[in-house]
Amino acid sequence: MNKTETTIKLETDSKLVQEYQYGFVTEVATDELPKGLNEDIVRAISKKKNEPDWMTDWRLKAFRRWKAMREPRWAKVTYPEIDYQGIRYYSAPKSAAAGAAEADPELIKTFERLGIPLQERDRLAGVAVDAVFDSVSVATTHREMLAEKGIIFCSMSEAIQHHPELVKKYLGTVVPAGDNYFAALNAAVFSDGSFCYIPKGVRCPVELSTYFRINARDTGQFERTLIVAEEGAYVSYIEGCTAPMRDTNQLHAAVVELVALDHAQIKYSTVQNWYAGDEKGQGGIYNFVTKRGHCRGAHSKISWTQVEVGAAITWKYPSVVLEGDHAVGEFYSVAFTNNRMQADTGTKMIHIGANTKSTIISKGISAGESANSYRGLVQILPSALNARNHTCCDSMLIGDKCSANTYPVIEAETSTAITEHEATTSKISEEQLFYVQSRGIDEESATSLIVNGFCKDVFKELPLEFSVEAIKLLELKLEHSVG
Amino acid sequence: MSEQLPFFEIRNLHAKVEDKPILKGVNLVINPGETHALMGPNGSGKSTLSNVIMGHPSYEVTGGEILFQGRNIIEMEPDERARAGIFLAFQYPVAIPGISVAKFLKSAADARFGQGAIKASEFIKEMRENLKFLEMNEAFLNRFLNDGFSGGEKKRMEILQMLTLKPSLAVMDETDSGLDIDALRIVSKGVNRMVGPNFGLLVITHYERILTHIKPDHMHVLIDGQIAMSGGPELVKEVEKNGYDWIRARFGKEVLV
Ligand SMILES: Nc1ncnc2c1ncn2[C@@H]1O[C@H](COP(=O)(O)OP(=O)(O)O)[C@@H](O)[C@H]1O
Ligand SMILES: [Mg+2]
Repeated sequence: MNKTETTIKLETDSKLVQEYQYGFVTEVATDELPKGLNEDIVRAISKKKNEPDWMTDWRLKAFRRWKAMREPRWAKVTYPEIDYQGIRYYSAPKSAAAGAAEADPELIKTFERLGIPLQERDRLAGVAVDAVFDSVSVATTHREMLAEKGIIFCSMSEAIQHHPELVKKYLGTVVPAGDNYFAALNAAVFSDGSFCYIPKGVRCPVELSTYFRINARDTGQFERTLIVAEEGAYVSYIEGCTAPMRDTNQLHAAVVELVALDHAQIKYSTVQNWYAGDEKGQGGIYNFVTKRGHCRGAHSKISWTQVEVGAAITWKYPSVVLEGDHAVGEFYSVAFTNNRMQADTGTKMIHIGANTKSTIISKGISAGESANSYRGLVQILPSALNARNHTCCDSMLIGDKCSANTYPVIEAETSTAITEHEATTSKISEEQLFYVQSRGIDEESATSLIVNGFCKDVFKELPLEFSVEAIKLLELKLEHSVG
Repeated sequence: MSEQLPFFEIRNLHAKVEDKPILKGVNLVINPGETHALMGPNGSGKSTLSNVIMGHPSYEVTGGEILFQGRNIIEMEPDERARAGIFLAFQYPVAIPGISVAKFLKSAADARFGQGAIKASEFIKEMRENLKFLEMNEAFLNRFLNDGFSGGEKKRMEILQMLTLKPSLAVMDETDSGLDIDALRIVSKGVNRMVGPNFGLLVITHYERILTHIKPDHMHVLIDGQIAMSGGPELVKEVEKNGYDWIRARFGKEVLV
């Protein structure tokens, strides 16, 4: 017998009941621009944010690029033509206008209902939050403590005002303004987002987190996040998001850029729970997002962990460019689709430096009549001597009206590369379900337990409390997909 | 006694799988406190019977009844049957990757006894005792259920689950197959802890040796989906010595009459 006491982990699950408990609307007076998009609108957004000329020019250039581009159609998703002139590109609560000393109580209440306390007295321990409501950031917590360490954590608008050198130096260097159709649109009209800068040698003592909330009708959300970790710095960043239930589709086209210098580490976690539309596919968010990290320095590391359980359509490929020698890129993903949801998500790992290493673990779960695709590219350039990649993409089907597809591409241009690829697609196993049910656990909970186990390799990468939330959220989503 | 509601009774049970009839009129009564042994050639339908008792969705009951504590359970879901107190120790337990033994046992116990009925601290204490009793390392609790377990470990895990869920009726489908002498002793020890006046047991086996540890009161032989012969414990030795052909021959004649 083993004499040492084993610590036993007993995660107890609590059951949430509401279908989509974040579907409410906040009544606030808004300051908005008219619907539609042209150079005047781009200028007006820039003016509202009191931006310097170089920023306005950057936006206008992006807008001109965008006008000349065409919407990508290669993803395995279908949706009606988007009317870009029918979207409002700027909507902000009046109370959150630049210079407001205190956030509006109505907005504070909204975020409280979402489980995100913003007031200093009851803010989350261990997590600094930037709260973005429609087009603007309404509050950022823990600032002073972070400032003492030289960490900058603020809204993008503030960063442009107060740290223009840093913004100029890094903005658009990972995802250029003309990178793709949605990235160009974002560059032209982005209204806010978070900016994080971790100076050399600093380990950020709390999780940094941005919570995105879409509230206004017919408004798009176009946020832009930039995280820079200087030599030897470390930061763990969390992103969460929700939107009201509306019967029309809303566009969310975000851009996230990460820069890691020598020996720096960035861990980026997302739980995406945008409103996904109803059972018939009415409404929901179009989540067209470009996320890319650049391991610029040697021995740098960037990890993406995403749990995608919402949005009507997801088009998203968090990627890592591994330029520094010995750089490490990781992508851990759980994508759950139900009803008529469509997800086309995956990653790109571009190996440039020698001895670079990447890991991809993707778990797709499809239920209802949904379509769930994994799309991945591992590119190993001739300079990437001894590069390594390990890819594992598993799909699970619940029911027989849903579909799963995987499109993994590996391009190795050096013979020293070692790549491994595993992929499985299976129906949720009847034998597993029967086994779990035979112990008294009902079908819904049994399904949830098996799916939870299936996703374990991804959930364990999330920061602890966040992982508990993610497991609960997935359980909640599964409750309506069995039977 | 005869008019009392039966504890467990199978009446003229017929079942098919993929349109192939497997059980062709099984009758069996188990009273509380009794241990029954069931033997039979490969493919005679022993696992099918176990699965049908537990409510496996692949097996279609085409006739007959299964009564448990006075209720016909045929229409009940497997989880309802388990919560009512029926337990099946599987011949081939499946793995649930990513779910720890501790989490699984807690979820199952919560389902059976009610959420929060057992305090986490008490539960852990009980699990530790059970593990010790089954001569298993505590590290098992943090391993994923049956994932990468050896055959013997899986069988012990079945017994651990039985001790946790405290059923009133258990079916053990060839739990002894593939066990070495030590493991067999441990598994039997676990089962014997359950045995008592309020517990009914059906032990499916090919070998006499488990029945030297777990003493049956009654013995049945299943051939081609029917109970071809029933008797006392002495029948076990006879089968071990002479095989099934003589029973088949005799039963065949009876059926032809
Ligand atoms: N899930 C199943 N699908 C198809 N055939 C099955 C299934 N389960 C059992 N059978 C068939 O039913 C018969 C009885 O099998 P089983 O009940 O496993 O017998 P035993 O346990 O006595 O060896 C065999 O012919 C077997 O092939
Ligand atoms: Mg069998």
